[in-house]
Amino acid sequence: MADTRSSFAQSDAYLSALIREVRAAPAARALPAIGRRTLFKLAGAGAAGLVLGFRLGDAAFAAEVGNDNTAASQSLAMNAFIRIAPDNTITIYSKAPEIGQGIKTSFGVIIAEELDADWNHVVMEQADINPKVYGYQGAGGSTSIPRAWDQLRQAGAGAKAMLIAAAAELWGVDPSQITAKDSVLTHAASGRSAPYGSLAVAAANMPVPDPKSLILKTRGQYRLIGKRYRGVDDPKVVSGQPLFGIDVQLPGMVYASYTKCPAAGGKVRSFNVDEIKAQRGVLDAFALNGTGLSVEVMPGVAIIAKDTWSAFQAKDKLKVDWDLSEASTESSSQFSAEAKKIAADFPKKPDQDVGDMDKSFANAVKTAEAYYDYPFAAHVPLEPMNATAHWHDGVLEMWVPTQQPDRGLPLIAKVAGIPQENIVMHQTRVGGGFGRRLINDYTCEAAAIAQKVNAPVKLQWTREDDFSHDFYRPAGYHQFKGAIDKDGRIDAWQEHFITFTADGKKEASGANLTDNLKYSIKAPNLRRAKTMFRLKIPTGPWRAPGDNAQVFAAQSFMHELSLASGRDHVAFLLDAVNREVPELAPKDKSINFSPKRASDVIKLCAEKAGWGKTLPKGSGLGLAWCYSHAGHVAQAVELSVDANKRIKVERIVVVLDVGPVIDMAGSEAQAQGASTDALSTAIGLKITIENGRIQEQNYNAYPILRMPFAPMTIEPYFIQSDNPPTGMGEPAFPALAPALGNAIFAATGERVRRLPLRDLGYSLAI
Amino acid sequence: MLSLTINGQSHQIDLPEDMPLLWVLRDHLNLVGTKYGCGIAQCGVCTVHVGGKPVRSCQLTIGGVGTRAVVTIEAIGQTPNGAKVQQAWMEAAVPQCGYCQAGQIMSATALLNFNPHPDDSDIDAAMAGNLCRCGTYIRIRQAIKNAAAKTA
Ligand code: FES
Ligand code: FES
Repeated sequence: MADTRSSFAQSDAYLSALIREVRAAPAARALPAIGRRTLFKLAGAGAAGLVLGFRLGDAAFAAEVGNDNTAASQSLAMNAFIRIAPDNTITIYSKAPEIGQGIKTSFGVIIAEELDADWNHVVMEQADINPKVYGYQGAGGSTSIPRAWDQLRQAGAGAKAMLIAAAAELWGVDPSQITAKDSVLTHAASGRSAPYGSLAVAAANMPVPDPKSLILKTRGQYRLIGKRYRGVDDPKVVSGQPLFGIDVQLPGMVYASYTKCPAAGGKVRSFNVDEIKAQRGVLDAFALNGTGLSVEVMPGVAIIAKDTWSAFQAKDKLKVDWDLSEASTESSSQFSAEAKKIAADFPKKPDQDVGDMDKSFANAVKTAEAYYDYPFAAHVPLEPMNATAHWHDGVLEMWVPTQQPDRGLPLIAKVAGIPQENIVMHQTRVGGGFGRRLINDYTCEAAAIAQKVNAPVKLQWTREDDFSHDFYRPAGYHQFKGAIDKDGRIDAWQEHFITFTADGKKEASGANLTDNLKYSIKAPNLRRAKTMFRLKIPTGPWRAPGDNAQVFAAQSFMHELSLASGRDHVAFLLDAVNREVPELAPKDKSINFSPKRASDVIKLCAEKAGWGKTLPKGSGLGLAWCYSHAGHVAQAVELSVDANKRIKVERIVVVLDVGPVIDMAGSEAQAQGASTDALSTAIGLKITIENGRIQEQNYNAYPILRMPFAPMTIEPYFIQSDNPPTGMGEPAFPALAPALGNAIFAATGERVRRLPLRDLGYSLAI
Repeated sequence: MLSLTINGQSHQIDLPEDMPLLWVLRDHLNLVGTKYGCGIAQCGVCTVHVGGKPVRSCQLTIGGVGTRAVVTIEAIGQTPNGAKVQQAWMEAAVPQCGYCQAGQIMSATALLNFNPHPDDSDIDAAMAGNLCRCGTYIRIRQAIKNAAAKTA
């Protein structure tokens, strides 16, 4: 095993690359898109009806296409996008993980739109993992929609074209005279019509169209996109049917717990194996060295038992002699103290240096300076980490609730020492992601454990495991200095960002200053530098990585500058975002940041929130905006604060431009959910590290917002600009906290420069 | 050997009496709708009805159930309020990830069983023990009110 320091760095490098890749998804473009793509037929004839799929590149695929009912073509058929049965039922396969973002519904709507399917007879199914057929199959960075937009529309349009071709041949008419609607084709001139189901077999024998030849709908032609939908799995969710990873039950299955060192990087010397094996219900217990990489398998002790409870009970009795020689001894309070000490010393070497700071400050009419900080945070989705694996006949069959099943494949193959082809991976519904499940550590652990167990095994983390072994949102510390010129405009922005590094060279994953802020804070004189602390505790992507806390610091300080300028905050923001600073414009053409879209959301948000109205004493209205995950967002919070610092949130307004909305009900849910999550996190959530150990071990110490404190309403508004649609999982998070802080200032005159607000004595009123 | 009545069915169970009901339901009776989230009565995803009252099944041992009837999310739809709540949940498109929702529905149904027309503070009190990490509270509140409005 590599030494621990470099293992930390290696894990971190993997994660950083993954975040970059996930976030680098280009905004969807007009056709032809993303490389070579060919429509193909998966299975042609027979009762299966028409089955269509896509594939990147077409080499060697012909051999796999079958019109027969051999096992090969059947199993491939299971991986297609669309299946049309003779009874007119249309089955659509969603390729990406459903983590609560509603993608299984949205993907269905997009395909059904171009297919002109009758939504009432569409059945959505989760596709298995097969990157060769589906391409990217992850869910992260709010990129599922932009990445799949063209692909899914082509899938729908291609199938429709084949149905039309079949009808045209049957009726002896020109295909252009045939119209499609609600799963029925009609030839108006002759009065003929036929449901898709009756044409499916004939359609399957039509030539597969070239995607470039397909004419996709224009927005005015949409019948399904933009309406309100119920979640396609909701009937099963509300009746408790098995859906999630944790629900997987297999005949003869056994249950495992896995215990790692509470201080990151500790290794197992020995443990009380005999005592553990003698515990009630325990079948086996063994140590794993793992690969020593936190993104794969860290050393630990596996306990195999007849049921989860027995595995957990025995885990409580576990006594491990940990080798702590290379384990973390870090403490978050030390980092905070150190950061505060060095913040005012601006490093010699800036990362970004635009204009002339010194001159700006010399000529400034007003200046402001402030220090902001926020803590580590855990993801803790409500479904604790788990995965089920069955090792048999050289094949590893897995059931995984993960955001990155396709990225799990090579890691699992490495850990198990088998070729990827020998892994069969089933996607389950995922009980919350928030970025935690971009990392496949628990799936790798399940694979490693399964290879030592002669039965299907479900690895179940306890909630305490989940708190102790997360990839945390890194803490961060920002020292700002700003200048206002004689016209009351922002003239200078200086930022010393104190953050973390795993390898000593670059920021740890999730710990870099986000590009979004680099484009959206536009001061003609701008200088940024960073200082990095070494960190062994793993960090990672957390809903709206970077933005989720950095926007709080930046947009709160922006408010401080607007106050210094003496101008109205909204006017100040609109002026600032529209500054022409060529050096700050994104170089990458795929970045869709637009001052116009930013201005539009700010203006509408101000209007909806009643910006400028008179509020009673003790009440305040705050507004902030962000550009995050390709979305342009403004949020406003209206609240009152009492003498005991109890905050009553009266209203939250959130205005988004993410292009056309696919599922209005789902998008509103994301806007409300992300705003609630952001409020919850800003008020109460922090992770404390003591001597390398995470102090918060369960929800009792990590007060996620509960019903009595939830806002009565959160009002989402969408500016459905004519840009390709982008994701909704993240953009409604970052601007809430600064809007909240700015509102508290408006209500009380007290500036909030630290999260969580609980540490400053604030709480939410019922 | 213990005898438990779950969803109207009697089960003879040969398991340690100190095993929490949660794990007996999930691992031994294949009733996986009841979820595990914290194990310490903090999240509410394990909520079931025992003797008509909402109970955190991670805290109740099977030995402690006694003769009280257990109803889980799998069968709550067979009760009038359970069916109304489930319907209201679907109409309001409440679930995001959905993981907390079985527990939310069990708490909401118990609320309506005792209080057919809850106001906001009744809802707060009844639902405070159920976490939703996805933040679906606004729709949960609305769905409970919609379900209550349907209660004849
Ligand atoms: S699992 Fe029982 S309350 Fe959380
Ligand atoms: S819907 Fe995800 S935890 Fe409630």
